[in-house]
Amino acid sequence: MTEQIDEGLRSELQRQGIWVTSMQDLYNWGRKNSIWPLQFGLACCAIEMIATAASRYDIARFGGEVFRPSPRQADLMIVAGTVTKKMAPQIVRLYNQMPDPKYVIAMGACAISGGPFKQGYNVLKGIDRYIPVDVYIPGCPPRPEALLHAFMELQRKIDEQKLRGSDKAEHLRPDQPSEFPVPAFGAHDLEPTANADVFHPMKIEREG
Amino acid sequence: MTPNPYLFIIVFVGVALVFPVIPLGLAWLWRRFFQPSKPGMEKNATYECGVESLGDAQIQFRSQYYLYAIIFLIFDVEAIFLVPFAVAFTSLPVGAFIAILIFLLLLLEGLVWAWGKGCLNWAK
Repeated sequence: MTEQIDEGLRSELQRQGIWVTSMQDLYNWGRKNSIWPLQFGLACCAIEMIATAASRYDIARFGGEVFRPSPRQADLMIVAGTVTKKMAPQIVRLYNQMPDPKYVIAMGACAISGGPFKQGYNVLKGIDRYIPVDVYIPGCPPRPEALLHAFMELQRKIDEQKLRGSDKAEHLRPDQPSEFPVPAFGAHDLEPTANADVFHPMKIEREG
Repeated sequence: MTPNPYLFIIVFVGVALVFPVIPLGLAWLWRRFFQPSKPGMEKNATYECGVESLGDAQIQFRSQYYLYAIIFLIFDVEAIFLVPFAVAFTSLPVGAFIAILIFLLLLLEGLVWAWGKGCLNWAK
């Protein structure tokens, strides 16, 4: 569905009681409003995730209240908390077991970069070393509102995914991988320490 | 005129067939025309809690687990009866006190017997 519907025509028809949509819009509308997260908490951020799911913040308003205990039924992995090196292979394996399309929210400083434990010997310096992350939430821990904001950003991202064309969504492209290699426990660190296909850290350029 | 009571069953069977077949058919069409299938080793794995499965599922448990379960039952039943006994201790007649002591002694005897038999030693 590369050709877009003329917005003027669409609103004109809507006034007459005719609702026109494209397959892509319908598909994305359905997906973005029924994101099922994986019920998977790692550390203190998980408490904020629980608060987000509970009645006061109520993630059900965005269609994301169905926390699934099985990766087979989940669309979204919220990496909520400190990822220890012991836990990283399990997370990658769980991500691999999720069916496409799948998304990842890195919640909190630890999941992004290791956070306050970055210099520790046993903490992974960001889950984006092994799996592709869609939305990052800074904070330690982020408030439930921040998680809701990330959720809305993810919905926006899903809404913009294309069904056809060369820039179509990754899960629709046969050449894009659905599984990523699981790191192994090495003598001193995880091996490999990062997946070069996924991990693209920013180059820091210092003056002088 | 009342409809045939079996008509409802036929209607239900029809709904029960059509209801799952439509989404399954849509999913099949979707896979056929849009979304390529991407199976993989991990994705198709049986176990789904993130930990790699070790060994075989068809293993035998040692019979000693059974003995341990029985001995556990001694303490389990004892606790259930001891709590109301302790709560009502001050207002109990002498007969009830002796009865519970006999009960405890019976259980204790079972434990001593199991101990003497060497059931508490975990044979490798």
